[in-house]
Amino acid sequence: MIRVELPQHLRTLARVSGEVKIEVQGQVTLRTVLDALENSYPVLRGTIRDHDTQVRRPFLRFFACQEDWSHEAPDKPLPQEVCSGKEPFLIIGAIAGG
Amino acid sequence: MSKVRVLVGTRKGAFILSSDGKREKWDISGPHFAGWEIYHMKGSPVDPDRIYASQTSGWFGQIIQCSDDGGKTWHQPGSAPGEEPAPGTAVGVSNKFVYDASDETGKPLTTHQWYDGTQHPWEFKRVWHLEPSLTDRDAVYAGIEDAALFRSGDGGKTWKELPGLRGSDTGPRWQPGAGGMCLHTIILDPKDPLRIYIAISAAGAFRTDDGGKSWKPINRGLKSQYIPDPAAEVGHCVHHVAMHGSRPNVLFMQKHWDVMRSDDAGDNWREVSGNLPTDFGFVIDVHAHEPETIYVVPIKSDSEHFPMEGKLRVYRSRTGGNEWEPLTKGLPQSDCYVNVLRDAMSVDSLDSCGVYFGTTGGQVYASPDGGNNWSAIVRDLPGVLSVEVQTLP
Repeated sequence: MIRVELPQHLRTLARVSGEVKIEVQGQVTLRTVLDALENSYPVLRGTIRDHDTQVRRPFLRFFACQEDWSHEAPDKPLPQEVCSGKEPFLIIGAIAGG
Repeated sequence: MSKVRVLVGTRKGAFILSSDGKREKWDISGPHFAGWEIYHMKGSPVDPDRIYASQTSGWFGQIIQCSDDGGKTWHQPGSAPGEEPAPGTAVGVSNKFVYDASDETGKPLTTHQWYDGTQHPWEFKRVWHLEPSLTDRDAVYAGIEDAALFRSGDGGKTWKELPGLRGSDTGPRWQPGAGGMCLHTIILDPKDPLRIYIAISAAGAFRTDDGGKSWKPINRGLKSQYIPDPAAEVGHCVHHVAMHGSRPNVLFMQKHWDVMRSDDAGDNWREVSGNLPTDFGFVIDVHAHEPETIYVVPIKSDSEHFPMEGKLRVYRSRTGGNEWEPLTKGLPQSDCYVNVLRDAMSVDSLDSCGVYFGTTGGQVYASPDGGNNWSAIVRDLPGVLSVEVQTLP
């Protein structure tokens, strides 16, 4: 079970509160986590990464275990603490204006 | 008794203002989609309870929302968050706007003109305007930035570009205005289902007579002193175009500067700014029952986006332009420095035509008598981006 923390606006959009819990089959990577997230909440498709290119939207960042994963390869395995559910995977909106 | 529903898109959410035919007491619903920019909302003429909304964010991109109960509840077309989608349902793609690059379109364009004159790739940013079909509740057009026209035939679940517009010869010469390169105006001809008018900042106005397969610029007569060739075929910053349904060949335009009129479906334009104190502005609209009565809100200049002398004045012409009268009763006549954006004026079709507009200061003003008297329905919304009005039985 993977814990994912969404920005407030995406929680509203997906109609969830608090953390989202998802199951990931196989290796836990940025790609598989986001795939599982979008499969569970299709409305989030296109809001975190581009529909076609799968590139992260520029005003969003990914963090795990206090490390910035925004620029890591999408297939790099995430830390064991995230895989085990001990630590959440964070999707964070940039602080930029009102 | 008839009712009126005013759909207000703002910088931080959507609001729905409802009243009976007297238009004296209003119920305010919202904010819907709090915190998101709502560029535009519009109801289907076929089924007024079907309302489409463009919800956008610089962080999270584009969302399309849809209501089937007049704005009480909303959903993303084809998606049910947290629920298993029905087999065959298009899920999570109602916000997928991908420029056409198929072979069948002939020569898909990849660049347009950037601010500095260099070529720049087309990049989807947001939906500025949603125009529901006049005959099919599930058909709707979307005008997007970077400028292109999309259509959905399944209630907004999926979108497909009408590539003939961007594929016209002039595409590489289109360039963005200060607000981006947006397709902000879509007008469907009620008498000819194959004819559509659109307008783009800063490219100009275009028309199709074959349902969107081919398009031609309709900018003859426009003169824009701020571009290298003031009478160029394209490159004009058209702010808004309005039409009365009874006369689809007569168009009124608020250009960056100049109020213009065409009596031949846009083939030729002539200036009708007349005695306006300034002919810069964004909105223009037509009275519901008097096709020669039009409204504008003059704004001081392109660098000073507020009314002249701090006086918020709607100007009305009963002669289709040239002769204008200021309408001030009930509007602030001192220290008012708001703007009225291009999609933020609309009219109802009650016997005594109501006129409505929203400001960047968050006020929505209404006149139940064609502009003679005004009052604020609300005063303290987030900055208003768009106003559409539905007249309900």
